[in-house]
Amino acid sequence: MLDLEFMRLAFGAGIVVGLLAPAVGFFLVQRRLSLVGDGIGHVAFAGVALGYLLDFPLVLTALVVSVLGALSIEGLRARRKTAGDQALALVFYTGIAGGVVLVSAAGALNVNLFQFLFGSILTVTRSDLAVIAGLGAGALALIGLLYRPLVAVVVDEEGARVAGLPVAPLNALTAALAAVTIALSMRVVGILLIAALMVLPVIAAARIGWSLRSTLLIGMGIGLGSVLAGITTAYYADLPPGGTTVLVAAAAVLVAEVASVVRR
Amino acid sequence: MPLALRLEHVSFGYDHGPPALRDVDLAVERGEFVAIAGPNGGGKTTLLRLILGLERPTSGRVHVLLQRLGYLPQRAQTAIDAPLTVRELVGAGRVARSRLFGPQSRSDRDVVREAIERVGLRPQADRRLTTLSGGQQQRAFIAKALAGEPELLALDEPTTGVDVEAQEAIASLLRHLGQELGMTILYVSHEFGAVEHFVERIVLVREQIVFDGPPSALPGVWHDPSHVHA
Repeated sequence: MLDLEFMRLAFGAGIVVGLLAPAVGFFLVQRRLSLVGDGIGHVAFAGVALGYLLDFPLVLTALVVSVLGALSIEGLRARRKTAGDQALALVFYTGIAGGVVLVSAAGALNVNLFQFLFGSILTVTRSDLAVIAGLGAGALALIGLLYRPLVAVVVDEEGARVAGLPVAPLNALTAALAAVTIALSMRVVGILLIAALMVLPVIAAARIGWSLRSTLLIGMGIGLGSVLAGITTAYYADLPPGGTTVLVAAAAVLVAEVASVVRR
Repeated sequence: MPLALRLEHVSFGYDHGPPALRDVDLAVERGEFVAIAGPNGGGKTTLLRLILGLERPTSGRVHVLLQRLGYLPQRAQTAIDAPLTVRELVGAGRVARSRLFGPQSRSDRDVVREAIERVGLRPQADRRLTTLSGGQQQRAFIAKALAGEPELLALDEPTTGVDVEAQEAIASLLRHLGQELGMTILYVSHEFGAVEHFVERIVLVREQIVFDGPPSALPGVWHDPSHVHA
């Protein structure tokens, strides 16, 4: 399997996304914003469509539009002018509707959008991998450097604000990291499934972790394992890699739940 | 003693609702241990949030003359789903006083350990918060605030849901810490029976300040603050 270059590239991209998605998702899940990934994913679809319209690299336009969408969601939520789920719904539907209109305007309704909606990791190129690895490593390094302040906000947002931490910039950073993760993961599991890879490994890890730090690291391990197992299974069973990866992560939640019940 | 904070003619209302506070004047000196009491909905929490800068007054001015503030929100408990140890919780309270990037320094780890020891949770330091009793969890949150070395510690209903013994133990601990560390303490409670023996001053709030003085000067009927009438 690893004799084939497209499989090596797929595993390379999968390793980065498998580690990054749960690392970012960890902070969203703890803030009860699990569905933000879905909302940003729909905005990323508008970014892909914009790329078709302008004939720009699709990952780049998806990245820019996703970051703007993520910051909009965070801005609406933080100002408390709109309830969190309403802010999400506004951006969610605007993104998907904007995407459909833009794709139509670009005359690209017949292109294979399926690869962006559900992933096509086997078509990752060397230059794709370079972008995914570079940005992914940068995002992981940023999470490592800012782990303590990000956790302080997650644990007690108002307490952190009173103590003088820059809460709004840290929340904006979390939103931007989520957008970057989604734009990078489009090829691996697809826009519609990426949120699952951000959330499911973290849910599983919370069942078996013994501290916040262990939960984050176990979640990253489950994310990595899910992607590797998903791609391998998909290769031998001729299944779609994105969907298979997410099903493996869902199975990990079930296993972790059983393990936590047995441990009790 | 120099002032810790001063409120001048402060009024506040939520959106289009009736005023939660009207024309409040209040001055607190550094090192004072003040209980802010009153009936539910009387404006105690709002007063605290105004002092901490979490709300802005509709009119009037709030002057806080201290730099380092610590806050225990109402029903202090974290909403997060993942397991959280006492040491991690208390460490989160230290972040604002340490460098933002990178791992915790040795001196920060020492401050966190001291804060845990001060509240008597050394044996539970690496246990998950959810495995502790209600009183122990509140102590852990107090340690979190202490880790920031606050000059002003504000606690909103810190003993809700814990038994009377634990309430008195927490009030006693706070008085001890306040004296030892020179902190100004604001303690919001609607059931202040357990705390009135430990504070120097009680402020009763019902839209306005209806009593401000030592607990010994409190009229008998007001010892149950649910009976406070403007």
